[in-house]
Amino acid sequence: MSIQDILLQQLANGLILGSFYALVALGYTMVYGIIKLLNFAHGDLYMLGAFVGFIALSFLSDYIGDGWAGIVCSMVLSMIAVGLLGVLIQRIAYVPMLSAPRLSILITALAVSMVLYNGVMAFTDGQYLAFTTDLNYEGVQLGNVFVTNTQMVLVGSSLLLMIVLYLFVHKTLYGKAMRAIAIDQDACRLMGINVNKIIALTFFIGSSLAAAAGVMAGTYYGSIHFFMGFIIGLKAFTAAVIGGIGSIPGAMLGGLLLGLLEAFGTQIPFIGTEWKDVFSFGILILLLVFKPTGILGKTEIERM
Amino acid sequence: MSNTILEINNLETHYGKIHALRGISFTVEAGQIVTLLGANGAGKSTTLRAISGLVRATSGTIVYRGEDITGKSAHDIVKTGLIHVPEGRKIFKGMTITENLELGSFTLDDDAERKRRMEHVFETFPILYERRSRDSSFLSGGEQQMLAIGRSMMTNPQLLLLDEPSMGLAPFLVQQIMKIVLQLNKEGVTILLVEQNAKVALKLADYGYVLETGKIVIQGDAGTLQQDESIVKAYLGE
Repeated sequence: MSIQDILLQQLANGLILGSFYALVALGYTMVYGIIKLLNFAHGDLYMLGAFVGFIALSFLSDYIGDGWAGIVCSMVLSMIAVGLLGVLIQRIAYVPMLSAPRLSILITALAVSMVLYNGVMAFTDGQYLAFTTDLNYEGVQLGNVFVTNTQMVLVGSSLLLMIVLYLFVHKTLYGKAMRAIAIDQDACRLMGINVNKIIALTFFIGSSLAAAAGVMAGTYYGSIHFFMGFIIGLKAFTAAVIGGIGSIPGAMLGGLLLGLLEAFGTQIPFIGTEWKDVFSFGILILLLVFKPTGILGKTEIERM
Repeated sequence: MSNTILEINNLETHYGKIHALRGISFTVEAGQIVTLLGANGAGKSTTLRAISGLVRATSGTIVYRGEDITGKSAHDIVKTGLIHVPEGRKIFKGMTITENLELGSFTLDDDAERKRRMEHVFETFPILYERRSRDSSFLSGGEQQMLAIGRSMMTNPQLLLLDEPSMGLAPFLVQQIMKIVLQLNKEGVTILLVEQNAKVALKLADYGYVLETGKIVIQGDAGTLQQDESIVKAYLGE
């Protein structure tokens, strides 16, 4: 393969990885934007999304098959279920902690994460489950590079979800209220905005985007397990920091950028794929030292 | 016959251990401009925050248009036409002027009405129209105050609580803002004005109350308060 082929292949790999990161990073950044909480349980919602999608697909496959129709329906069901779960977690675990010191709610988030992945571990005996679909390996040959239709559809749907989110946040009154809450909650109350409702809506949207990414990952990798949300949670956090935590376009940009950086980074001589996590978290450390506000973030930094 | 729009009875609030309001009572008559004066820390802002539901009253009642609204949540109170423009303006920096105004009409479902109200705001504040698609963080202090008042006009207020609209503004801007307050009052909006700048406030107001460390110590017609030099000196600073 020529150097162009390698770059093109890595571009495709980076985009798909990056779109998963971006979808998960969006939930991180939206929740941080409104209640300044790093929701460490967010990666586990991605994992749960994959499992709910898996269950939905195994029921639906008898009726509509496990092709795209089944996958899309399972994804929608998973997004709704995990979205509601996200709201439930917020109500049960986070609302009572909102007036407590910042560290308490952070520890609560870690505890929620443990409850979720240990719960799934108990149900699945810690086994890998095969996420079977009847998607084939057809695709497009670009020179020496082969891109499957599945890859293109997954990247396309991620971008579509991000565009829908962007339009929602910028064009609708509820979306504008979400942005306003991140700026000043008291002022929102004085406009007649029910702040708790909008926070719940934010949790719903963030969690359902993570669930969508989980189902997509199941479809793409073909297997799921209880710990799959851990690393991607940390990666999505990195992506959100790269883009500027609290910024929605930043999370999209940061996610795609991190995916591409990982894909290309592993092509550097002597740095193989086994180094890709080191590469990502190295970037996180450098960024936190030299530009903690990220690419599109605000200059205001708060201690956790 | 009196036509009371707001009646505060023995209102008390606490911030942690601080007893911010120590039982204050006063009334606001519909159609008037009433001012609440006092030094820093007297409890003026807290009074407004308690009325609009941002701060919970620990005892006492707030009756608005005959209905007890004590303990109601802030976002529900807004729907009754009681609107609070808070201290420091609290505009949504990072969002455009148009977006700020749209959020002012959050409780409204009617898009045509929203448009009509926005046109009215832009007629009142032409400078906001010129800058409508700009990020509101780049507005000057006076323009920010105009936006804060404009945003409250989007909710179609019956009773407007204004907290220090003149704060940090140059004298000619203070005049301009006060002219707008007067205009709103002529349009039928009752106004409860909190001010540190007693001279400006009393010139505008029909009636005034003076607050000192959480209690009302003096009240009277604005004209009377203005002429009583001992009051002006003792409580309002000269």
